[in-house]
Amino acid sequence: MSTLSLRRAFTLLLWRDMLLAFRRRTEMINPLLFFILVTALFPLGIGADPALLRSVAPGIIWVAALLAAMLSLDSVFRSDFEDGSLEQFLISAQPVSILVLAKVIAHWLITGLPLLIVAPLLGLLPDLPSASIGTLMLTLALGTPVLSMIGAIGVALTVGLRRGGVILSLLVLPLYIPVLIFAANAVESAGAGLPITAHLSLLTALLVLSVSLSPLATAAALKISLS
Amino acid sequence: MLRFFHQLGSPKYFYHIAGRWIPWLAGIFILLVLAGLYQGMVVAPTDYQQGDSYRIMFIHVPSAWMSLFIYVVMAGAGAIGLIWHMKLAEVIAISSAPIGASFTFLALVTGSIWGKPMWGAWWVWDARLTSELILLFLYLGVMALYSAVEDKRTAARATAILAIVGVVNIPIIHYSVEWWNTLHQGPTVTKFGAPSIDLRMLIPLLIMAVAFKLFYLLVVLMRARVEVLQRERNAQWVRELVDAP
Repeated sequence: MSTLSLRRAFTLLLWRDMLLAFRRRTEMINPLLFFILVTALFPLGIGADPALLRSVAPGIIWVAALLAAMLSLDSVFRSDFEDGSLEQFLISAQPVSILVLAKVIAHWLITGLPLLIVAPLLGLLPDLPSASIGTLMLTLALGTPVLSMIGAIGVALTVGLRRGGVILSLLVLPLYIPVLIFAANAVESAGAGLPITAHLSLLTALLVLSVSLSPLATAAALKISLS
Repeated sequence: MLRFFHQLGSPKYFYHIAGRWIPWLAGIFILLVLAGLYQGMVVAPTDYQQGDSYRIMFIHVPSAWMSLFIYVVMAGAGAIGLIWHMKLAEVIAISSAPIGASFTFLALVTGSIWGKPMWGAWWVWDARLTSELILLFLYLGVMALYSAVEDKRTAARATAILAIVGVVNIPIIHYSVEWWNTLHQGPTVTKFGAPSIDLRMLIPLLIMAVAFKLFYLLVVLMRARVEVLQRERNAQWVRELVDAP
């Protein structure tokens, strides 16, 4: 039996997950539609006053992104859990945390990156200034990977449960709060012409922290869930 | 000493030792809480600004302290349970969660009762209030996960991971909320140098804090005993205990 190098296992798994996602495109598109729909609901609920909408838009777009990221989480491990390949990953010779990292990165490329691409369009709807739209994209680029990383821990804990969805949101949403605060604040400050370096540095710090620590916690949680 | 801890790890010894401690803990707790309440409600002077309504702090502040303290204990016990596979640590961690949630809830309720005359509103989106609310959700998440997983050993280990993740996140959440918005009155006890609180107010506060710690210890032991009995229901010693007249 030949053993794979770690780098090769990582890229293979990443490639496999991307390929699987591209074969089932509707699963990629659904969170995106959800994201757009939720942001479109708010003006209907709070009125179409342009000044009001412009002031609440950063928060709304980010909350919608948060919910979309959370809804799409379930698919990180679900199908692998159901067909048993998750168990194969756990008993493979490679460190589980690295495999988990590959899966979560693939998941972000599939569900997080599209949010980033439609975000400027959503920013145009409430007529955000262009500085805000740039910042919005930047915060989404830094923030959504954190959401995927933290969310993966929650999914790993609930993957064995039959109705894990509601519990997942209860576990994960409180942990999303720092990202929401810094990101939405940054977009708002950019709109007001204030410096946003501090927000971006903090978001980057969260990203580094979550990428380095959360795969370990996710791997441990998967081992427990499948034991 | 080491032998004592080793024995404490066995459910049977724990059950009996905890049973012996509980009446003592209850007695000391009642004495302390009565002393603290008397000192706080009668002896402590009226605040020059807030009048008598500040006295709710003798409940509010210790519960807020306990809410954080219990979460850290829970995560610590959970980590011990994960690392050394110590069943008793898992039991302590799980039994702590509802108590911590209750203290968090108590801190929120007393805070909002105090806030109504002081701030003019039951709830303001102040940093510490908000992080306390988030802490309550973290507790509820731990409890929800534990009750959702059927196998209780797996459940305890899963919640331990969640609690550890939560403990890493609590400072981050706290400071992010702090920078987001703050209106709460600053800390008056932990300021280095001379605390800006009158000694006659500080003493009942500290007595109440110790009393609340004892109360936690008391309740966690009671809950842990029940949990141990439930987990060990097929063990010989539990059967003997039940069969005994």
